[in-house]
Amino acid sequence: MTLFLQQLINGLSLGAIYALIALGYTMVYGTLQLINFAHGEVYMMGAFAALYLARFLGVDTNPTIPGVIVVAVGAMTFCAVLGMTIERVAYRPLRRSSRLNMLITAIGVSLLLQNVGLLAFGALQSFPSLLPEAKWQIADGLALRSQDVLTFSVTIALMLGLHHIVERTQIGRAMRAVSHSRDTAALMGIPVDRVVSFTFAIGSVLAGAAALLIALDKHTIRPDMGMTGGLKAFVAAVLGGIGSIPGAVAGGLLLGLAETFVSGYLASTYRDAIAFLLLIGILLYKPSGLFGKSTVEKV
Amino acid sequence: MADASPPRPAPISLRGTLLGYLAFAVAIAAVWGIDVYAVPWTDPYLTDIVIRIGMALLAVMGLALVLGFTGQFSLGHAGFMAVGAYAAAMMSLHSGLHPMIGVLVGGFAAAVAGVVVGLPSLRLTGDYLAVVTLGFNGIIIVLIQNAPVLGGAAGLTGLPVATTFGWTFTWVLLGGLFIRNLLTSAHGRVFEAVRDNEIALRSLGVDTTRAKVVAFVVGAFWAGIAGGLLAHYRASIFPSQFQFDRSIEILAMVVLGGTGSLSGPLLSAAVLTALPEVLRPVAEYRMVIYSLLLIGMMILRPKGLLGGKEISDFFRRRPAAKKEAA
Repeated sequence: MTLFLQQLINGLSLGAIYALIALGYTMVYGTLQLINFAHGEVYMMGAFAALYLARFLGVDTNPTIPGVIVVAVGAMTFCAVLGMTIERVAYRPLRRSSRLNMLITAIGVSLLLQNVGLLAFGALQSFPSLLPEAKWQIADGLALRSQDVLTFSVTIALMLGLHHIVERTQIGRAMRAVSHSRDTAALMGIPVDRVVSFTFAIGSVLAGAAALLIALDKHTIRPDMGMTGGLKAFVAAVLGGIGSIPGAVAGGLLLGLAETFVSGYLASTYRDAIAFLLLIGILLYKPSGLFGKSTVEKV
Repeated sequence: MADASPPRPAPISLRGTLLGYLAFAVAIAAVWGIDVYAVPWTDPYLTDIVIRIGMALLAVMGLALVLGFTGQFSLGHAGFMAVGAYAAAMMSLHSGLHPMIGVLVGGFAAAVAGVVVGLPSLRLTGDYLAVVTLGFNGIIIVLIQNAPVLGGAAGLTGLPVATTFGWTFTWVLLGGLFIRNLLTSAHGRVFEAVRDNEIALRSLGVDTTRAKVVAFVVGAFWAGIAGGLLAHYRASIFPSQFQFDRSIEILAMVVLGGTGSLSGPLLSAAVLTALPEVLRPVAEYRMVIYSLLLIGMMILRPKGLLGGKEISDFFRRRPAAKKEAA
């Protein structure tokens, strides 16, 4: 039982990270119908931005709470700017061309950032402990780590914030309109380009937060973390139904739990295959995902 | 649609067909002539590059069919190479037959994998297919790494070396002929129609899923052949040779050469395989260059260098593709 509860905590913690990244995929897909392959790389760049910012400010050797907040805000801002730049430079010129071309471009951007990261940052770097870490022993074999608490609370706060933006603000309403129908939204006077840009910014901020959380938890960051993490987060988005915000959260948590339980009870070597098996299974039986609306093809 | 391919050459005549097969026989003879009389006196380094180009050609012609002509976005081509490579290697290690029979078996094994992956996923739209094939590539690697029979992450060693210039280019010629003939047949027209307007084709009563699966399986077969040849080239294979970045490399070759062209991707496969050898100092930046080429090409020249034309179209007296400007 304690093993089960421990796996549950680990799974939810991992799932929260996936959910945060998956939101970026799902929101961009909602507005542009594009799988933004570069999103995982924005997440990776966020981790390295946080590392270099912490070093630059000396927060890594002398961590203070305001310092950590500055690092977090800085990394998230960096991600937002990076995401908006990618959209502006690589995707906007292709707004009217075929989806295949946009997909290939997205893969190109992803590959570019990953390899630039590999050349610039090396294979892996260790991330300093910026916050005091504690481990509360609840029962024999069941412990709650402060990193997990941090991940949960930050994720919940960010999701409430996202919910507020999407449902209660003017720009959120514009985002929903654009995702409903880009052409109609444009005819209604909604500045579609600005809304798309904003969508990329929001998604990238969430990815930056996820990057910082995972870096504070695992203490190693690698240039290829965007590849694996991003791919799984994308699977999470598809699981939940791509384009659906609650779906991304549910898919992320589900995937995190599935991975943790498989590596806990079966074998950790199969962990990476689980995401894809789940994906293929879902696509075969319910291609629109758990929360997705099935669409009818119109000519 | 406006971006339809240029009209193909005149209807097939018996004389033309016979001449074509004669030319094919001459080409095969030439390949073996070179293999026997020229290769032993050639710099082994040069031969190595040429053989690796040959294997790239085989992998690329399969994806050119799937992506360029049928418009199906597969990101798992290296996975099919892995299936072919390991099936061929197991045949050679345990059956004692000629390695080229193993290569053929590898091709069929990859084709079976193509059916297994393609049948469910080709019902989905392009984006999902991309992700499923990507996932398939990942699963194949994980499975191989976890299978002691297949050598796990350490790979298989001690395979017979059989991939010579002659065999490689015999396969390349066979593959080229097969895919060219397939494309000029009624099947080929259906493939292109699937790419250009699937819904219209379906409303005409054509089973588009079947056409897509056929293209996918043929593409997987030739990727499997390429994998089998690779297995018998350096006497060893490792799962890491068939990871996602290899799939991307093949994709880049097809996209740069031009979707909807066969000779274009083959040309870019040759150039992109030889390029890192010529430009040793930039070999480290190879993937960066690939990705920049991909992005730049999509923005500036979305149909690739040849833009859906074949190299031979440029040598025709009457410009074949006048409506390309539209």
